[in-house]
Amino acid sequence: MSHAADLPAWVAVITALFVLLGAALAMIGSFGLLRLGSFYERMHAPTLGTTLGIGSVLIASMLCFSVLQTRFVLHELLIAVFMVITTPITLTLLARAALYRDRIEGRDEVPLPPPPPECREDAAREAGSDGDSPRSITPSRQPDDRS
Amino acid sequence: MSLTLLSWSVFLAQIFLGLAMVFAACRVLTGPRAQDRVLALDTLYVNAAIMLLTFGIRTGETLYFEASLIIALLGFVSTAALSKFLMRGEVIE
Amino acid sequence: MTRWLPFPGLTLLLLLLWLLLVGSVAPGTILLGAVAAVVSSWVWLRLELPAVRFRRPLAALRLSLVVLQEIIRSNNAVARIILYRGTRNRRSGFVRIPLTTRNPYNLAALACIITATPGTLWVEYDSADNTMLLHVLDLIDEEEWVRIIKTRYEMRLMEIFG
Repeated sequence: MSHAADLPAWVAVITALFVLLGAALAMIGSFGLLRLGSFYERMHAPTLGTTLGIGSVLIASMLCFSVLQTRFVLHELLIAVFMVITTPITLTLLARAALYRDRIEGRDEVPLPPPPPECREDAAREAGSDGDSPRSITPSRQPDDRS
Repeated sequence: MSLTLLSWSVFLAQIFLGLAMVFAACRVLTGPRAQDRVLALDTLYVNAAIMLLTFGIRTGETLYFEASLIIALLGFVSTAALSKFLMRGEVIE
Repeated sequence: MTRWLPFPGLTLLLLLLWLLLVGSVAPGTILLGAVAAVVSSWVWLRLELPAVRFRRPLAALRLSLVVLQEIIRSNNAVARIILYRGTRNRRSGFVRIPLTTRNPYNLAALACIITATPGTLWVEYDSADNTMLLHVLDLIDEEEWVRIIKTRYEMRLMEIFG
């Protein structure tokens, strides 16, 4: 790391701290993939790496390059903006896909969709004979499991 | 002194990230269902992007930044396509 | 103005991203970036997006500070759960939360905020009765979550986007 020889001490210390913090958070997040029990619990784990994990490594990189080149190096902001926009999209898409598959297979741990409003009014008129009967889901096609 | 600190902590961070990639790869291999594998693959992509950023700090080259950006882009597109595939059985309807 | 620049804010953002990517502010770069930004913002006309009213930048700034603080706090909490507790002494579960707003920009921003915070996940939105399904990693009290989502995020978002 001879390029960093003329880095001031405080910049080196802050960079080291942020890099370590980010890498540790990413590792804990990935460890959560192995540690947590069900799929929906595991979906929370990688968020550690995609928010503060990559964020603090980007701050460290920005600080280090800005001091080394004695100008503002801000292109790391591109990755930050990109991660902020894309991570929620992928995670919600994946959650919806998993929910859809679990409902089609009739698993117990996922909640059913709320009944449509007209159905609920009928149920209210019938004075609660079967007020909470879930809307039956007819699978159009069984996706192959354990692929 | 501070240089030694920086180089050792970047080294340690790369070990952490390597472990993180191993954990994610384990979940890709074992993960009981398809959605577990897709989630772990997405994590693997993010870890790879962070790993390239630490390589950038280590060598002082800005080239690694661009590789990291491209990996993040590819990770987003592939995860979105795979989730779409899990939901509908086809990517483009 | 509206014909050449249908989305001035978006065009400016694209130009800024271009300048960041190239890493220089030479006149040639700015010119090329401006042409690229203007041409690529025309693509968005074809999407026929609903009209957006972005008011109160100060409220948006305050909301992003709240979100940042919450992300740091819940990173800490989720890391502790993964390292120390695992699956013991903890219950995770779904909460269905009734929403007030139907504005698509509010819903999109709310989904982004909730999913970006570790420990909470936006799973589904039901447009028929305007509820969302939230998954919480460490679920203690359902009513508490309904209150948090509505007062901490939804009310502030409705202030920003209307």
